[in-house]
Amino acid sequence: MIDRALIGRGRYQLWLAGWLIPVGVGLACYLFQSAHGLGITGMGRDVIWGFYVAQFTFLVGIAASAVMVVAPFYLHDCREFARIVILGEFLAVTAVILCLLHIFVDLGQPARVLNVLLHPSPGSVMFWDMIVLTGYLGLNLVIAWTTLDCERNATRPPGWIKPLIFLSIPWAVAIHTVTAFLYSGLPGRHLWLTAVVAPRFLATAFSSGPALLVLLCLLLKKAAGFNAGDEGLRRLSHTIVYAMIANLFFIFVECFTAFYSGVPSHRHDLQYLFWGLDGHAVMVPWMWLSLLMAVASIPILLCSIRRGNQRRLALACGLVLISTWIDKGLGFVAGGLAISPMGTVTSYAPTVPELLISLGIYAVGVLLLTLFYRIVLSVRAETESS
Amino acid sequence: MLKLTLLAAAGIARRQPLLAALAAVVPSEVLKPGAALKAGRWAMVIDLRKCLESKDCRDACARACHMEHNVPNIANPQHEVKWIWRERGAHLFPEQLDEFSGAALADQPIPALCNHCANPPCTRVCPTGATFKRTDGIVVMDPHRCIGCRFCMAACPYGSRSFNWEDPRPSLKTVNPEYPTRGKGVVEKCSFCDERLAQGRLPACVEACPRGAMAFGDLRDEQSPVVKLLRENYSIRRMPELGTQPAVYYLVSK
Repeated sequence: MIDRALIGRGRYQLWLAGWLIPVGVGLACYLFQSAHGLGITGMGRDVIWGFYVAQFTFLVGIAASAVMVVAPFYLHDCREFARIVILGEFLAVTAVILCLLHIFVDLGQPARVLNVLLHPSPGSVMFWDMIVLTGYLGLNLVIAWTTLDCERNATRPPGWIKPLIFLSIPWAVAIHTVTAFLYSGLPGRHLWLTAVVAPRFLATAFSSGPALLVLLCLLLKKAAGFNAGDEGLRRLSHTIVYAMIANLFFIFVECFTAFYSGVPSHRHDLQYLFWGLDGHAVMVPWMWLSLLMAVASIPILLCSIRRGNQRRLALACGLVLISTWIDKGLGFVAGGLAISPMGTVTSYAPTVPELLISLGIYAVGVLLLTLFYRIVLSVRAETESS
Repeated sequence: MLKLTLLAAAGIARRQPLLAALAAVVPSEVLKPGAALKAGRWAMVIDLRKCLESKDCRDACARACHMEHNVPNIANPQHEVKWIWRERGAHLFPEQLDEFSGAALADQPIPALCNHCANPPCTRVCPTGATFKRTDGIVVMDPHRCIGCRFCMAACPYGSRSFNWEDPRPSLKTVNPEYPTRGKGVVEKCSFCDERLAQGRLPACVEACPRGAMAFGDLRDEQSPVVKLLRENYSIRRMPELGTQPAVYYLVSK
């Protein structure tokens, strides 16, 4: 089955070759970082995590969102997702790989990464995060591959796959909850020290992930004539809109607690993000843009659901995706570290090599997703023609 | 302790009669590699009344510590590595200093270092056990096991940990051959001079302070200088509300 990934006409080959360029550039930048240390990034003794860890956080959300098609399809027999569910599973596989790559490039001593297994520390949330992420990767890879193989052979999926699928549903929630616990259990980091982090992570995950999936389906329709089914996309839009409303609600309750209580430590981080603090206001336009996009996406989504307008759907999904990317991929991590334990404010901006390394990883993601979806589409074309 | 030494000597006697004969004539402290200082819980008391008396010490504590432990002198403040340094009082004790008696401390440069917390968040989060708390309360760091994930730095509410953003060795003017240097990509911090304690010596900063403003001792020992100071004086600790229970106390005027 894997051989189908590389078979294609010139345009397809060119697409693959094109994405190899940013991969190569990213790799070259990573070698530069390996030689000189993480000092070549915008991080420092105050903002100790930056773009890499933020992308990791965002991508865990994308990975977790597969549950939004897997659970309805397998638990509630929601047939509208029949053509989408495998795309969601392969998206999850790709996203987890990108998560792991982003963590890897963030390590000061990457050669020692296996120390996490050699000296397992169950008291550390990072240890558990590694367990749940690799477990989720394995689960989705096995499930997607096995069900696709059965589809190709026109056989029923083996009995052992069902328990794995059911296991993958709470597991998806677990990966983002554990990722939230990386942050929300740290004393003295007040943007993160709130119980709302995990629910908000899930809300942004269940809006951004399905939004990306809708965009991918629309892209596949245009580029490869793949029809995911309008009804499936409509149902996904419902998921996106309610998850986004939940997210906005969580932002509201967090702001209420912070500002009504008036506790300075609780208030300062949000103040920094949305209004700026001590003259540091680099995040302010980004955060308002993110918030506006999130708010704007809701009526557009509701409208597109009523009228079945796919162009509006694409626009709304784009807004949701960019909004959550700014929120998690820029604001949350560096924003939570901007106010140092000493109370001083440090603005963070990623450097060019840092961005290129991350871009290289995303390019790996595009390549992986292309190969996976190529296999899915060719199997589908084969079974439908026979 | 004496019993243990005797038992060890007896053990030696069975296998190596020559060493046993030596043990009989040489005091046990000499046979052991220096008489290590031991404690139930090590702690430091910094008397700010003495420390801030004058600034003519030119940060003797930090200079001694950094020299001894090969801590590099890096110009970029965001890449700095520091084990003990001075920080504004308002930064160290946010919300703790009022505008009246506290104002005197707010702008003062006060020594900051690892608090060797009884309940350290940094060791809890370490995914490899590279940083851990010893039974005597010292939070130590094994730079050889550290993978450089910086989770401990995110967890430390005191900013007491430093990451080697670049290779620190070119920034060392002199190298103390008695203590290891570090490479890039690992975290490091104050170790309460565990290596000196093992040789029966007090921490370098305590020894270097010309005004004797730093006391070091065992919190579990009623006779120790730190317990006496803490019983007789008013002290504050950094961010007590977080429940970390710092082992570094600051004496302030009432």
